[in-house]
Amino acid sequence: MLEVSGLVKRFGGFTAVNNVSFKVDQGEILGLIGPNGSGKSTIFNMLSGTLVPTSGSILFAGHEIAGLGPHRIINRGIGRTFQIPRPFRRLTIFENVALAGFYGQGRHSRAKAEEAAERSLAMVGLPTDRHASVDGLGAAGLKKLELAKALATAPKLLLADESLGGLDDAEMDQAADMLRNIRDQLGITIIWVEHIMGVLMRVVDRVMVLDHGEKISEGLPSVVAGDPRVIEVYLGTDAETTQAAAAEARRRAGG
Amino acid sequence: MMGQGRLAAWTVGLAALVALPFVYRDPYHLHILVLILIWSFAYTSWSMMGRFGLVSLGHGGFMGIGAYVTALLWNHVGLSPWIGIPISMAAAGVLALIVGYPCFRFRITGHYFVLVTLALSGIVLQVITATRDYTGGSLGYTPSRTLGNKLLALQFDDKTTWYLIALGVWLVGIIVWHLIDRSMSRYALEAISEDEDAAAAAGVNVTAEKLKITLISALMTALAGAIYCQYQMFITPDTVSGIAVSLQMVFAAIVGGLFVSLGPTVGAVITILLAETLRIGFGTRAVGWDNLVYGVLLVLFIIFLPKGILGSVLDRLKPQRKVPRAHEQEAVQIARPGA
Repeated sequence: MLEVSGLVKRFGGFTAVNNVSFKVDQGEILGLIGPNGSGKSTIFNMLSGTLVPTSGSILFAGHEIAGLGPHRIINRGIGRTFQIPRPFRRLTIFENVALAGFYGQGRHSRAKAEEAAERSLAMVGLPTDRHASVDGLGAAGLKKLELAKALATAPKLLLADESLGGLDDAEMDQAADMLRNIRDQLGITIIWVEHIMGVLMRVVDRVMVLDHGEKISEGLPSVVAGDPRVIEVYLGTDAETTQAAAAEARRRAGG
Repeated sequence: MMGQGRLAAWTVGLAALVALPFVYRDPYHLHILVLILIWSFAYTSWSMMGRFGLVSLGHGGFMGIGAYVTALLWNHVGLSPWIGIPISMAAAGVLALIVGYPCFRFRITGHYFVLVTLALSGIVLQVITATRDYTGGSLGYTPSRTLGNKLLALQFDDKTTWYLIALGVWLVGIIVWHLIDRSMSRYALEAISEDEDAAAAAGVNVTAEKLKITLISALMTALAGAIYCQYQMFITPDTVSGIAVSLQMVFAAIVGGLFVSLGPTVGAVITILLAETLRIGFGTRAVGWDNLVYGVLLVLFIIFLPKGILGSVLDRLKPQRKVPRAHEQEAVQIARPGA
């Protein structure tokens, strides 16, 4: 459903993403990992239209979308969440999601948008009460709101950007399960960028690893977790932690 | 949603306003009321953008275009204001799009947007002054008195007619304000005023939404200028255009209350009564004092009462806030973009 080839993004003399190609199949959850500054967010920003690629092609459902504006890409069916939640504090929780439901689905009808908002809020487990203020939400609540906004746009492909940062273990597991539910129940394909490798490995079907803007590994979680290059660049070269982390990753991936 | 009680209050209030000139005929007081209504409409038009953080100091330009284009078409081409006013509004709308599109497309926001619009105000004022052979320059301009049909020329001698026209136009402004307030566009514009990228990620066409509200605001402001011209039958660049007029709109909207529909109207009552009091009390010695008082008031309001008089009063009356606390900070931001 998504076919990226030869994607490049340069900022002045700095190449943030260098010739990256990958495919995402319908109904798949693809994990995207890599150290800070490896180009994950830049790829996301190009997929969602926030950044225009320097070169390369992004085919979504057979159509070229590279360089389209963000609102056009949303209307084609790619929704996104932001790494740091960006709620609209002047609107209520419900209005935040209804806004996304209205504009994200091509401004058809307000009733449909409000329905979508109710469904999305229920899906992520937020109250559907119309007057609740965003100010009452904590870190976990804001992440859920971010997800609800993306779901309300009725995406075919969801770009989830490090959606678990700042959560405790129980909240993290809950959130990971939610992404899986979204895929299983709504049939939404997901690309998930995440720092916290263990949880990600448990949920994704396939994982792709970036380093310095280049793809260094791709495949099943259990295989990638054992790839020496991945262990080296992603987890560091300190032997003891590396082995422990790899073991942990394999255990999570298996379980 | 409008409750039964509020609907009843609006109906009674409007009926009273319509009945007023038939009961009370003091021409001076009616004159003041007409001025208040026309300026209220202009301030309401400004606040359509201002409430979403789009602080324009270019509205004096739109108002000037509304007034001068209508009068020039009447005097030089003999075109009735019934056609001249839509043309002047269209001219202001085109100018708004020409200035707005590059600003919004290239993300000129905050202070820079204010500066661009400030330049617009200045340019319109300069053009009116410079083309003095046609516009009379800074000495002012008078639409020719009609010898024929007064309705066709939109020239009336009695205050009651003008009062009713001004009331109708003012009411249109209030209705448009409420329509936007209850539309999805309000959600989008609130979102844009907070975070343009996040709004775009929710599917909002940021440039188009901003252009839409700018266009509505400019069209209405031009109408205010044209109506003012037809009523006063005398305009000068300083009274209907330029930076001073733009600033006056900001003062009035913020003092009255930017986030409530009748806020700008309260602002107009205050500014016009203030100007009249100074004029009658001190005569020519007080020329320009009103601007000084506006300035001091504006500073005090931004610091102590950022939601304006009406906004703050309504807040006190309401047990539960409709808007979060962060909103008050927003008001300050709107007055001082980028702060």
